[in-house]
Amino acid sequence: MNAITHHNAIVADRGASGAPPVLEVERISKHFGGFCALNDVSLSVPAGGLVGLIGPNGAGKSTLFSIITGFIAPSEGTIRLRGSPVDTLSPFARARAGMVRTFQVPREFSHLSVRENLMAAIPDQAGEHLFDLFFKPQQVRIQEEQGAALVEETVDFLKLKRIADLPAVKLSGGQKKLLELGRVLMTRPSVILLDEPFSGVNPVLIAEIIDRIIELNERGISFLVIEHDLEALTRLVGRLTVMDYGTVIAEGAPQAVLADARVRAAYLGGPA
Amino acid sequence: MDAYLAAIVSVMLIYVLLALGLTLQYGLTGLINFGMVGFFAIGAYTSALLALHGVPVVLSVAAAAVVAGISAWPIGLASLRLRDDYFAIVTLGFAEIVRLTLTSEKWLTNGVQGLSRIPPIYEGTGTAAAFVIVAILLAVTVAAIFLIHRVAHSPFGRIIAAIRDNEEAVQAIGKDPARFKIQVLVVGSALAGIAGALYAHYVTYIVPEQFVALATFYVWMAVIMGGVGRVSGAVVGTAILMFFLEGSRFLGDFLPWISSVQMASIRIGVVGLALVLFTIYRPQGLMGDFTKR
Repeated sequence: MNAITHHNAIVADRGASGAPPVLEVERISKHFGGFCALNDVSLSVPAGGLVGLIGPNGAGKSTLFSIITGFIAPSEGTIRLRGSPVDTLSPFARARAGMVRTFQVPREFSHLSVRENLMAAIPDQAGEHLFDLFFKPQQVRIQEEQGAALVEETVDFLKLKRIADLPAVKLSGGQKKLLELGRVLMTRPSVILLDEPFSGVNPVLIAEIIDRIIELNERGISFLVIEHDLEALTRLVGRLTVMDYGTVIAEGAPQAVLADARVRAAYLGGPA
Repeated sequence: MDAYLAAIVSVMLIYVLLALGLTLQYGLTGLINFGMVGFFAIGAYTSALLALHGVPVVLSVAAAAVVAGISAWPIGLASLRLRDDYFAIVTLGFAEIVRLTLTSEKWLTNGVQGLSRIPPIYEGTGTAAAFVIVAILLAVTVAAIFLIHRVAHSPFGRIIAAIRDNEEAVQAIGKDPARFKIQVLVVGSALAGIAGALYAHYVTYIVPEQFVALATFYVWMAVIMGGVGRVSGAVVGTAILMFFLEGSRFLGDFLPWISSVQMASIRIGVVGLALVLFTIYRPQGLMGDFTKR
Protein backbone atom coordinates (compact mmCIF):
# COMPACT_ATOMS: atom_id res chain seq x y z
CA MET A 1 0.00 0.00 0.00
CA ASN A 2 1.56 3.32 -0.98
CA ALA A 3 1.53 6.35 1.30
CA ILE A 4 -1.42 8.08 -0.38
CA THR A 5 -3.59 4.95 -0.36
CA HIS A 6 -2.63 4.35 3.26
CA HIS A 7 -3.61 7.93 4.15
CA ASN A 8 -6.95 7.58 2.35
CA ALA A 9 -7.66 4.32 4.17
CA ILE A 10 -6.97 5.93 7.53
CA VAL A 11 -9.12 8.96 6.71
CA ALA A 12 -11.94 6.76 5.41
CA ASP A 13 -11.86 4.90 8.71
CA ARG A 14 -12.70 8.19 10.45
CA GLY A 15 -16.07 7.94 8.75
CA ALA A 16 -16.50 4.95 11.09
CA SER A 17 -18.90 3.35 8.65
CA GLY A 18 -20.81 0.53 10.25
CA ALA A 19 -20.42 1.93 13.78
CA PRO A 20 -23.69 2.77 15.55
CA PRO A 21 -24.47 6.49 15.39
CA VAL A 22 -23.62 8.57 18.43
CA LEU A 23 -25.56 11.52 17.02
CA GLU A 24 -28.60 11.34 14.75
CA VAL A 25 -30.30 14.34 13.20
CA GLU A 26 -33.69 13.27 11.86
CA ARG A 27 -35.75 15.36 9.45
CA ILE A 28 -34.97 18.73 11.06
CA SER A 29 -36.74 21.77 9.67
CA LYS A 30 -36.57 25.33 10.90
CA HIS A 31 -38.73 28.25 9.82
CA PHE A 32 -38.08 31.84 10.85
CA GLY A 33 -41.45 33.36 9.99
CA GLY A 34 -41.84 32.78 6.27
CA PHE A 35 -38.16 31.96 5.77
CA CYS A 36 -37.21 28.30 5.70
CA ALA A 37 -33.67 28.05 7.09
CA LEU A 38 -33.60 24.24 7.23
CA ASN A 39 -35.76 21.83 5.30
CA ASP A 40 -35.94 18.16 6.26
CA VAL A 41 -32.27 17.81 7.15
CA SER A 42 -31.02 14.42 8.28
CA LEU A 43 -27.47 13.30 9.04
CA SER A 44 -25.65 11.14 11.52
CA VAL A 45 -22.27 10.89 13.18
CA PRO A 46 -21.12 7.32 13.84
CA ALA A 47 -19.47 6.53 17.17
CA GLY A 48 -15.80 7.31 16.71
CA GLY A 49 -16.54 9.07 13.43
CA LEU A 50 -15.18 12.33 12.10
CA VAL A 51 -17.75 13.95 9.82
CA GLY A 52 -17.44 17.22 7.93
CA LEU A 53 -20.29 19.60 7.14
CA ILE A 54 -19.77 22.09 4.33
CA GLY A 55 -21.86 24.44 2.26
CA PRO A 56 -22.00 28.03 1.09
CA ASN A 57 -22.59 30.85 3.56
CA GLY A 58 -26.25 30.90 4.57
CA ALA A 59 -26.73 27.20 3.82
CA GLY A 60 -27.95 26.65 7.40
CA LYS A 61 -24.92 24.86 8.88
CA SER A 62 -24.56 27.00 12.00
CA THR A 63 -28.34 27.05 12.48
CA LEU A 64 -28.24 23.25 12.39
CA PHE A 65 -25.45 23.27 15.01
CA SER A 66 -27.53 25.52 17.24
CA ILE A 67 -30.53 23.21 16.86
CA ILE A 68 -28.49 20.08 17.56
CA THR A 69 -27.03 21.60 20.72
CA GLY A 70 -30.35 23.04 21.89
CA PHE A 71 -29.70 26.75 21.48
CA ILE A 72 -32.48 27.01 18.88
CA ALA A 73 -35.66 24.93 18.88
CA PRO A 74 -36.45 23.21 15.56
CA SER A 75 -39.82 23.60 13.87
CA GLU A 76 -39.86 19.87 13.18
CA GLY A 77 -37.62 16.84 13.61
CA THR A 78 -35.70 14.98 16.28
CA ILE A 79 -32.16 14.87 17.61
CA ARG A 80 -30.88 11.63 19.18
CA LEU A 81 -27.76 11.21 21.24
CA ARG A 82 -26.64 7.59 21.64
CA GLY A 83 -30.12 6.54 20.55
CA SER A 84 -32.09 8.68 23.02
CA PRO A 85 -34.00 11.79 21.96
CA VAL A 86 -32.64 15.00 23.49
CA ASP A 87 -35.26 17.39 22.09
CA THR A 88 -36.58 18.39 25.51
CA LEU A 89 -33.11 18.94 27.00
CA SER A 90 -31.68 22.43 27.47
CA PRO A 91 -28.30 23.30 25.93
CA PHE A 92 -26.48 22.74 29.22
CA ALA A 93 -28.21 19.39 29.76
CA ARG A 94 -27.16 18.26 26.27
CA ALA A 95 -23.59 19.31 27.06
CA ARG A 96 -23.73 17.32 30.30
CA ALA A 97 -25.01 14.36 28.30
CA GLY A 98 -21.78 14.47 26.29
CA MET A 99 -22.60 16.63 23.26
CA VAL A 100 -20.64 19.88 23.21
CA ARG A 101 -19.93 22.59 20.70
CA THR A 102 -17.59 25.42 19.86
CA PHE A 103 -18.70 28.64 18.21
CA GLN A 104 -17.88 30.18 14.83
CA VAL A 105 -16.64 33.30 16.62
CA PRO A 106 -14.82 32.02 19.74
CA ARG A 107 -16.67 32.76 22.96
CA GLU A 108 -13.90 32.74 25.49
CA PHE A 109 -14.49 33.86 29.07
CA SER A 110 -12.45 36.94 28.38
CA HIS A 111 -11.72 38.05 31.95
CA LEU A 112 -10.61 34.59 33.04
CA SER A 113 -7.15 33.21 32.33
CA VAL A 114 -6.69 30.25 29.99
CA ARG A 115 -6.36 27.95 33.02
CA GLU A 116 -9.49 29.41 34.62
CA ASN A 117 -11.41 28.98 31.35
CA LEU A 118 -10.51 25.30 31.43
CA MET A 119 -11.19 24.92 35.15
CA ALA A 120 -14.66 26.41 34.66
CA ALA A 121 -15.61 23.57 32.32
CA ILE A 122 -14.87 20.73 34.73
CA PRO A 123 -18.17 19.02 35.57
CA ASP A 124 -19.62 18.34 39.02
CA GLN A 125 -17.49 20.69 41.10
CA ALA A 126 -18.53 20.89 44.76
CA GLY A 127 -17.21 24.43 44.93
CA GLU A 128 -19.88 25.53 42.47
CA HIS A 129 -22.47 24.96 45.22
CA LEU A 130 -22.60 27.70 47.86
CA PHE A 131 -23.39 25.25 50.65
CA ASP A 132 -20.40 23.03 49.83
CA LEU A 133 -18.19 26.08 49.38
CA PHE A 134 -18.66 27.12 53.01
CA PHE A 135 -19.37 23.81 54.71
CA LYS A 136 -17.23 21.32 52.76
CA PRO A 137 -14.03 23.32 52.14
CA GLN A 138 -11.86 20.20 52.25
CA GLN A 139 -13.81 18.53 49.43
CA VAL A 140 -13.69 21.75 47.43
CA ARG A 141 -9.93 22.04 47.89
CA ILE A 142 -9.27 18.43 46.88
CA GLN A 143 -11.45 18.78 43.76
CA GLU A 144 -9.69 22.01 42.84
CA GLU A 145 -6.31 20.26 43.06
CA GLN A 146 -7.57 17.35 40.95
CA GLY A 147 -9.07 19.82 38.47
CA ALA A 148 -5.83 21.77 38.26
CA ALA A 149 -3.97 18.55 37.37
CA LEU A 150 -6.50 17.80 34.61
CA VAL A 151 -6.14 21.34 33.31
CA GLU A 152 -2.35 20.93 33.16
CA GLU A 153 -2.82 17.81 31.03
CA THR A 154 -5.07 19.70 28.63
CA VAL A 155 -2.75 22.71 28.59
CA ASP A 156 0.13 20.41 27.66
CA PHE A 157 -1.95 18.50 25.11
CA LEU A 158 -3.01 21.69 23.33
CA LYS A 159 0.39 23.34 23.82
CA LEU A 160 -1.10 26.29 25.63
CA LYS A 161 1.43 26.37 28.47
CA ARG A 162 3.11 29.59 27.32
CA ILE A 163 -0.17 31.50 27.49
CA ALA A 164 -1.89 29.57 30.28
CA ASP A 165 -1.95 32.47 32.73
CA LEU A 166 -2.94 35.15 30.23
CA PRO A 167 -6.48 36.51 30.28
CA ALA A 168 -8.31 34.87 27.39
CA VAL A 169 -9.13 38.26 25.90
CA LYS A 170 -5.43 38.66 25.02
CA LEU A 171 -5.20 35.48 22.92
CA SER A 172 -5.05 35.47 19.13
CA GLY A 173 -7.99 34.11 17.13
CA GLY A 174 -6.28 30.74 16.62
CA GLN A 175 -5.34 30.45 20.29
CA LYS A 176 -8.96 31.16 21.22
CA LYS A 177 -10.06 28.33 18.92
CA LEU A 178 -7.64 26.00 20.72
CA LEU A 179 -8.88 27.26 24.07
CA GLU A 180 -12.49 26.54 23.09
CA LEU A 181 -11.46 23.04 22.04
CA GLY A 182 -9.72 22.60 25.39
CA ARG A 183 -12.74 23.88 27.25
CA VAL A 184 -15.11 21.40 25.65
CA LEU A 185 -12.57 18.62 26.26
CA MET A 186 -12.72 19.33 29.99
CA THR A 187 -16.41 18.34 29.93
CA ARG A 188 -15.48 14.74 28.98
CA PRO A 189 -17.59 14.72 25.80
CA SER A 190 -18.58 11.86 23.54
CA VAL A 191 -19.26 14.06 20.51
CA ILE A 192 -17.86 17.51 19.71
CA LEU A 193 -19.37 19.89 17.18
CA LEU A 194 -16.70 22.27 15.87
CA ASP A 195 -17.90 25.40 14.06
CA GLU A 196 -15.18 26.57 11.68
CA PRO A 197 -12.19 25.58 13.82
CA PHE A 198 -9.69 26.79 11.17
CA SER A 199 -11.21 30.15 10.25
CA GLY A 200 -8.74 32.96 10.82
CA VAL A 201 -6.07 30.51 11.97
CA ASN A 202 -2.55 30.45 10.52
CA PRO A 203 -1.42 27.29 8.65
CA VAL A 204 0.96 26.17 11.41
CA LEU A 205 -1.78 26.34 14.01
CA ILE A 206 -4.23 24.63 11.63
CA ALA A 207 -1.84 21.68 11.41
CA GLU A 208 -1.61 21.71 15.20
CA ILE A 209 -5.40 21.70 15.60
CA ILE A 210 -5.77 18.89 13.04
CA ASP A 211 -3.24 16.76 14.93
CA ARG A 212 -5.07 17.31 18.20
CA ILE A 213 -8.47 16.50 16.69
CA ILE A 214 -7.13 13.29 15.14
CA GLU A 215 -5.58 12.28 18.46
CA LEU A 216 -8.84 12.91 20.28
CA ASN A 217 -10.76 10.99 17.63
CA GLU A 218 -8.41 8.07 18.12
CA ARG A 219 -9.30 8.18 21.81
CA GLY A 220 -12.94 7.62 20.81
CA ILE A 221 -14.41 11.12 20.65
CA SER A 222 -16.67 11.70 17.64
CA PHE A 223 -16.63 14.97 15.71
CA LEU A 224 -18.95 16.91 13.44
CA VAL A 225 -16.98 19.75 11.85
CA ILE A 226 -18.20 22.78 9.90
CA GLU A 227 -15.34 24.18 7.84
CA HIS A 228 -14.70 26.12 4.63
CA ASP A 229 -11.03 25.15 4.40
CA LEU A 230 -11.57 22.05 2.25
CA GLU A 231 -7.93 21.13 2.07
CA ALA A 232 -7.68 20.97 5.85
CA LEU A 233 -11.09 19.34 6.22
CA THR A 234 -10.41 16.54 3.75
CA ARG A 235 -7.20 15.73 5.66
CA LEU A 236 -9.37 15.29 8.70
CA VAL A 237 -12.78 13.78 8.02
CA GLY A 238 -13.86 10.39 6.77
CA ARG A 239 -17.28 11.54 5.64
CA LEU A 240 -18.64 14.75 4.25
CA THR A 241 -22.15 16.20 4.21
CA VAL A 242 -22.93 19.16 1.97
CA MET A 243 -25.77 21.61 2.56
CA ASP A 244 -27.23 24.27 0.32
CA TYR A 245 -30.30 26.44 0.88
CA GLY A 246 -31.16 24.56 4.07
CA THR A 247 -31.10 21.05 2.61
CA VAL A 248 -28.56 18.25 2.37
CA ILE A 249 -27.49 17.95 -1.27
CA ALA A 250 -24.78 15.30 -0.95
CA GLU A 251 -23.04 13.07 1.54
CA GLY A 252 -20.45 10.32 1.53
CA ALA A 253 -16.71 9.91 1.19
CA PRO A 254 -14.99 13.31 0.74
CA GLN A 255 -13.48 12.67 -2.68
CA ALA A 256 -16.76 11.36 -4.09
CA VAL A 257 -18.78 14.20 -2.58
CA LEU A 258 -16.41 16.87 -3.88
CA ALA A 259 -16.67 15.36 -7.36
CA ASP A 260 -20.49 15.54 -7.24
CA ALA A 261 -21.84 17.91 -9.89
CA ARG A 262 -24.42 19.54 -7.57
CA VAL A 263 -21.72 20.20 -4.97
CA ARG A 264 -19.45 21.70 -7.59
CA ALA A 265 -22.24 23.95 -8.81
CA ALA A 266 -23.45 25.02 -5.38
CA TYR A 267 -20.20 25.34 -3.46
CA LEU A 268 -17.02 24.86 -5.44
CA GLY A 269 -17.89 27.13 -8.32
CA GLY A 270 -17.26 24.51 -10.97
CA PRO A 271 -19.53 23.46 -13.81
CA ALA A 272 -22.68 21.53 -12.86
CA MET B 1 -18.05 65.71 66.59
CA ASP B 2 -17.29 62.12 67.62
CA ALA B 3 -20.98 61.26 67.55
CA TYR B 4 -21.30 62.89 64.10
CA LEU B 5 -18.35 60.90 62.81
CA ALA B 6 -19.77 57.70 64.28
CA ALA B 7 -23.10 58.45 62.58
CA ILE B 8 -21.43 58.94 59.18
CA VAL B 9 -19.40 55.75 59.57
CA SER B 10 -22.51 53.83 60.63
CA VAL B 11 -24.50 54.92 57.57
CA MET B 12 -21.46 54.27 55.41
CA LEU B 13 -21.13 50.71 56.68
CA ILE B 14 -24.83 50.07 55.97
CA TYR B 15 -24.28 51.35 52.42
CA VAL B 16 -21.16 49.18 52.12
CA LEU B 17 -23.38 46.14 52.74
CA LEU B 18 -25.66 47.26 49.92
CA ALA B 19 -22.66 47.90 47.67
CA LEU B 20 -21.29 44.43 48.44
CA GLY B 21 -24.62 42.91 47.43
CA LEU B 22 -24.55 44.86 44.18
CA THR B 23 -20.89 43.92 43.62
CA LEU B 24 -21.87 40.28 43.80
CA GLN B 25 -24.87 40.76 41.50
CA TYR B 26 -23.56 43.24 38.96
CA GLY B 27 -19.81 43.43 39.41
CA LEU B 28 -19.16 39.71 39.53
CA THR B 29 -22.16 38.27 37.65
CA GLY B 30 -23.40 41.06 35.40
CA LEU B 31 -26.96 41.19 36.79
CA ILE B 32 -28.31 44.72 36.49
CA ASN B 33 -30.37 45.13 39.64
CA PHE B 34 -32.02 48.55 39.83
CA GLY B 35 -34.19 47.39 42.72
CA MET B 36 -31.70 47.10 45.59
CA VAL B 37 -33.75 49.53 47.64
CA GLY B 38 -36.74 47.19 47.44
CA PHE B 39 -34.84 44.42 49.23
CA PHE B 40 -33.38 47.02 51.60
CA ALA B 41 -36.96 48.07 52.45
CA ILE B 42 -38.16 44.49 52.88
CA GLY B 43 -35.30 43.87 55.31
CA ALA B 44 -35.98 47.08 57.21
CA TYR B 45 -39.70 46.48 57.65
CA THR B 46 -39.35 42.75 58.37
CA SER B 47 -36.84 43.31 61.12
CA ALA B 48 -38.62 46.36 62.53
CA LEU B 49 -42.01 44.63 62.68
CA LEU B 50 -40.57 41.52 64.30
CA ALA B 51 -38.57 43.52 66.84
CA LEU B 52 -41.64 45.63 67.64
CA HIS B 53 -43.44 42.37 68.40
CA GLY B 54 -40.78 41.33 70.87
CA VAL B 55 -38.44 39.25 68.73
CA PRO B 56 -34.79 39.82 69.71
CA VAL B 57 -32.97 42.16 67.32
CA VAL B 58 -30.44 39.50 66.29
CA LEU B 59 -33.21 37.14 65.23
CA SER B 60 -35.12 39.96 63.53
CA VAL B 61 -32.09 40.83 61.44
CA ALA B 62 -31.59 37.18 60.51
CA ALA B 63 -35.26 36.92 59.55
CA ALA B 64 -34.89 40.08 57.44
CA ALA B 65 -32.08 38.42 55.48
CA VAL B 66 -34.19 35.33 54.91
CA VAL B 67 -37.31 37.25 53.84
CA ALA B 68 -35.38 39.59 51.52
CA GLY B 69 -33.53 36.63 50.02
CA ILE B 70 -36.69 34.61 49.51
CA SER B 71 -38.47 37.59 47.95
CA ALA B 72 -35.72 37.72 45.32
CA TRP B 73 -36.17 34.10 44.35
CA PRO B 74 -39.47 34.37 42.39
CA ILE B 75 -38.20 37.52 40.68
CA GLY B 76 -35.17 35.57 39.64
CA LEU B 77 -37.24 32.68 38.34
CA ALA B 78 -39.59 34.95 36.43
CA SER B 79 -37.05 37.37 35.09
CA LEU B 80 -33.73 35.67 34.51
CA ARG B 81 -34.72 34.53 31.08
CA LEU B 82 -35.19 38.17 30.14
CA ARG B 83 -32.56 40.24 28.41
CA ASP B 84 -30.34 42.29 30.74
CA ASP B 85 -32.15 45.57 30.16
CA TYR B 86 -35.60 44.05 30.73
CA PHE B 87 -34.35 42.41 33.92
CA ALA B 88 -33.16 45.83 35.10
CA ILE B 89 -36.62 47.28 34.47
CA VAL B 90 -38.32 44.41 36.32
CA THR B 91 -36.14 45.01 39.40
CA LEU B 92 -36.80 48.76 39.24
CA GLY B 93 -40.53 48.05 39.07
CA PHE B 94 -40.28 45.56 41.92
CA ALA B 95 -38.73 48.16 44.22
CA GLU B 96 -41.51 50.63 43.40
CA ILE B 97 -44.15 47.96 44.09
CA VAL B 98 -42.53 47.31 47.48
CA ARG B 99 -42.56 51.01 48.34
CA LEU B 100 -46.18 51.46 47.24
CA THR B 101 -47.20 48.35 49.19
CA LEU B 102 -45.49 49.69 52.31
CA THR B 103 -47.38 52.94 51.82
CA SER B 104 -50.80 51.42 51.22
CA GLU B 105 -50.87 48.43 53.60
CA LYS B 106 -51.48 50.50 56.73
CA TRP B 107 -52.65 47.53 58.82
CA LEU B 108 -49.13 46.11 58.60
CA THR B 109 -46.77 49.00 58.01
CA ASN B 110 -48.66 51.99 59.42
CA GLY B 111 -48.58 53.51 55.93
CA VAL B 112 -46.93 56.87 55.43
CA GLN B 113 -46.71 57.33 59.20
CA GLY B 114 -44.14 54.56 59.22
CA LEU B 115 -42.84 52.58 62.17
CA SER B 116 -41.35 54.31 65.19
CA ARG B 117 -39.70 53.23 68.43
CA ILE B 118 -37.94 50.38 66.67
CA PRO B 119 -35.59 48.71 69.17
CA PRO B 120 -32.04 49.95 68.51
CA ILE B 121 -29.07 47.80 67.61
CA TYR B 122 -27.58 48.62 70.98
CA GLU B 123 -29.37 50.08 73.99
CA GLY B 124 -27.49 53.07 75.27
CA THR B 125 -26.82 56.72 74.65
CA GLY B 126 -23.85 58.95 74.12
CA THR B 127 -20.62 58.61 72.23
CA ALA B 128 -19.69 55.26 73.74
CA ALA B 129 -22.95 53.69 72.55
CA ALA B 130 -22.41 55.20 69.10
CA PHE B 131 -19.04 53.52 68.86
CA VAL B 132 -20.44 50.18 70.04
CA ILE B 133 -22.96 50.43 67.19
CA VAL B 134 -20.12 51.21 64.78
CA ALA B 135 -18.28 48.13 66.06
CA ILE B 136 -21.34 45.93 65.52
CA LEU B 137 -21.89 47.27 62.01
CA LEU B 138 -18.20 46.88 61.25
CA ALA B 139 -18.29 43.24 62.37
CA VAL B 140 -21.25 42.53 60.10
CA THR B 141 -19.56 44.34 57.20
CA VAL B 142 -16.29 42.43 57.67
CA ALA B 143 -18.25 39.16 57.68
CA ALA B 144 -19.98 40.22 54.45
CA ILE B 145 -16.63 41.16 52.87
CA PHE B 146 -15.28 37.72 53.79
CA LEU B 147 -18.40 36.08 52.28
CA ILE B 148 -18.20 37.95 48.98
CA HIS B 149 -14.42 37.55 48.75
CA ARG B 150 -14.74 33.79 49.34
CA VAL B 151 -17.46 33.50 46.69
CA ALA B 152 -15.52 35.60 44.17
CA HIS B 153 -12.36 33.46 44.53
CA SER B 154 -14.03 30.08 44.29
CA PRO B 155 -15.30 27.70 41.60
CA PHE B 156 -18.70 29.37 42.07
CA GLY B 157 -17.06 32.75 41.45
CA ARG B 158 -15.38 31.39 38.33
CA ILE B 159 -18.74 30.39 36.86
CA ILE B 160 -20.46 33.69 37.65
CA ALA B 161 -17.52 35.52 36.08
CA ALA B 162 -17.97 33.27 33.03
CA ILE B 163 -21.70 34.11 32.99
CA ARG B 164 -20.81 37.81 32.99
CA ASP B 165 -18.51 37.22 30.00
CA ASN B 166 -20.70 34.91 27.91
CA GLU B 167 -23.81 33.14 29.11
CA GLU B 168 -24.24 30.92 26.02
CA ALA B 169 -20.69 29.64 26.33
CA VAL B 170 -21.44 28.72 29.94
CA GLN B 171 -24.37 26.61 28.75
CA ALA B 172 -22.12 25.06 26.13
CA ILE B 173 -19.88 23.63 28.88
CA GLY B 174 -22.82 22.07 30.70
CA LYS B 175 -23.52 24.64 33.40
CA ASP B 176 -26.95 26.10 34.09
CA PRO B 177 -26.56 29.90 34.26
CA ALA B 178 -30.05 30.37 35.76
CA ARG B 179 -29.14 28.35 38.86
CA PHE B 180 -26.12 30.54 39.53
CA LYS B 181 -27.92 33.77 38.76
CA ILE B 182 -30.81 32.98 41.09
CA GLN B 183 -28.40 32.14 43.91
CA VAL B 184 -26.51 35.36 43.32
CA LEU B 185 -29.75 37.34 43.30
CA VAL B 186 -30.89 35.70 46.54
CA VAL B 187 -27.58 36.17 48.38
CA GLY B 188 -27.17 39.78 47.21
CA SER B 189 -30.75 40.56 48.20
CA ALA B 190 -30.29 38.90 51.59
CA LEU B 191 -27.32 41.22 52.14
CA ALA B 192 -29.53 44.17 51.19
CA GLY B 193 -32.11 42.82 53.66
CA ILE B 194 -29.51 42.76 56.44
CA ALA B 195 -28.49 46.30 55.51
CA GLY B 196 -32.14 47.38 55.68
CA ALA B 197 -32.64 45.69 59.04
CA LEU B 198 -29.55 47.35 60.51
CA TYR B 199 -30.68 50.67 59.08
CA ALA B 200 -34.11 50.32 60.74
CA HIS B 201 -32.56 49.47 64.10
CA TYR B 202 -30.03 52.26 63.68
CA VAL B 203 -32.45 55.11 62.86
CA THR B 204 -35.29 53.50 64.94
CA TYR B 205 -37.91 55.14 62.72
CA ILE B 206 -38.73 54.19 59.15
CA VAL B 207 -41.21 55.47 56.57
CA PRO B 208 -41.74 54.31 52.96
CA GLU B 209 -40.25 57.54 51.58
CA GLN B 210 -36.83 56.51 52.87
CA PHE B 211 -36.85 53.72 50.31
CA VAL B 212 -36.98 55.58 47.01
CA ALA B 213 -35.03 54.68 43.86
CA LEU B 214 -32.41 57.34 44.67
CA ALA B 215 -31.01 55.00 47.36
CA THR B 216 -30.45 52.33 44.71
CA PHE B 217 -28.62 54.79 42.51
CA TYR B 218 -26.41 55.92 45.39
CA VAL B 219 -25.33 52.28 45.69
CA TRP B 220 -24.69 52.11 41.95
CA MET B 221 -22.64 55.32 42.15
CA ALA B 222 -20.57 53.83 44.97
CA VAL B 223 -19.90 50.62 43.05
CA ILE B 224 -18.99 52.46 39.83
CA MET B 225 -16.71 54.97 41.57
CA GLY B 226 -15.04 52.24 43.63
CA GLY B 227 -14.51 49.82 40.76
CA VAL B 228 -17.04 47.38 39.36
CA GLY B 229 -16.39 43.79 40.41
CA ARG B 230 -13.95 44.69 43.17
CA VAL B 231 -14.85 43.92 46.78
CA SER B 232 -12.46 46.67 47.86
CA GLY B 233 -14.20 48.92 45.33
CA ALA B 234 -17.50 48.54 47.17
CA VAL B 235 -15.88 49.80 50.37
CA VAL B 236 -13.83 52.60 48.82
CA GLY B 237 -16.64 53.68 46.51
CA THR B 238 -19.05 53.98 49.43
CA ALA B 239 -16.47 56.02 51.33
CA ILE B 240 -16.15 58.37 48.34
CA LEU B 241 -19.93 58.61 48.08
CA MET B 242 -20.22 59.49 51.76
CA PHE B 243 -17.41 62.01 51.42
CA PHE B 244 -19.27 63.83 48.65
CA LEU B 245 -22.69 63.47 50.29
CA GLU B 246 -21.55 64.64 53.70
CA GLY B 247 -18.89 67.04 52.45
CA SER B 248 -21.43 68.84 50.30
CA ARG B 249 -23.56 69.33 53.44
CA PHE B 250 -21.08 72.04 54.47
CA LEU B 251 -21.49 73.88 51.19
CA GLY B 252 -24.40 75.67 52.85
CA ASP B 253 -21.96 77.44 55.17
CA PHE B 254 -20.30 79.05 52.14
CA LEU B 255 -23.52 79.70 50.22
CA PRO B 256 -25.89 81.14 52.86
CA TRP B 257 -28.32 82.59 50.29
CA ILE B 258 -29.25 79.09 49.08
CA SER B 259 -32.23 77.49 50.85
CA SER B 260 -31.97 74.05 52.45
CA VAL B 261 -34.30 72.59 49.80
CA GLN B 262 -32.07 73.91 47.03
CA MET B 263 -29.03 72.69 48.89
CA ALA B 264 -30.44 69.13 48.98
CA SER B 265 -30.64 69.19 45.19
CA ILE B 266 -27.16 70.68 44.90
CA ARG B 267 -25.75 67.85 47.03
CA ILE B 268 -27.22 65.27 44.67
CA GLY B 269 -25.79 67.30 41.79
CA VAL B 270 -22.35 67.23 43.40
CA VAL B 271 -22.47 63.44 43.68
CA GLY B 272 -23.69 63.20 40.09
CA LEU B 273 -20.84 65.44 38.93
CA ALA B 274 -18.35 63.24 40.80
CA LEU B 275 -19.79 60.19 39.04
CA VAL B 276 -19.49 61.89 35.63
CA LEU B 277 -15.87 62.85 36.34
CA PHE B 278 -15.07 59.32 37.48
CA THR B 279 -16.69 57.87 34.38
CA ILE B 280 -14.60 60.14 32.16
CA TYR B 281 -11.25 60.06 33.92
CA ARG B 282 -11.31 56.74 35.75
CA PRO B 283 -13.98 54.50 34.21
CA GLN B 284 -12.57 51.39 35.88
CA GLY B 285 -13.19 52.99 39.31
CA LEU B 286 -10.71 53.92 42.00
CA MET B 287 -9.87 50.30 42.88
CA GLY B 288 -10.09 49.02 39.29
CA ASP B 289 -7.15 47.82 37.23
CA PHE B 290 -4.55 50.59 37.37
CA THR B 291 -3.12 49.59 34.01
CA LYS B 292 -6.37 50.42 32.22
CA ARG B 293 -8.23 53.62 31.54
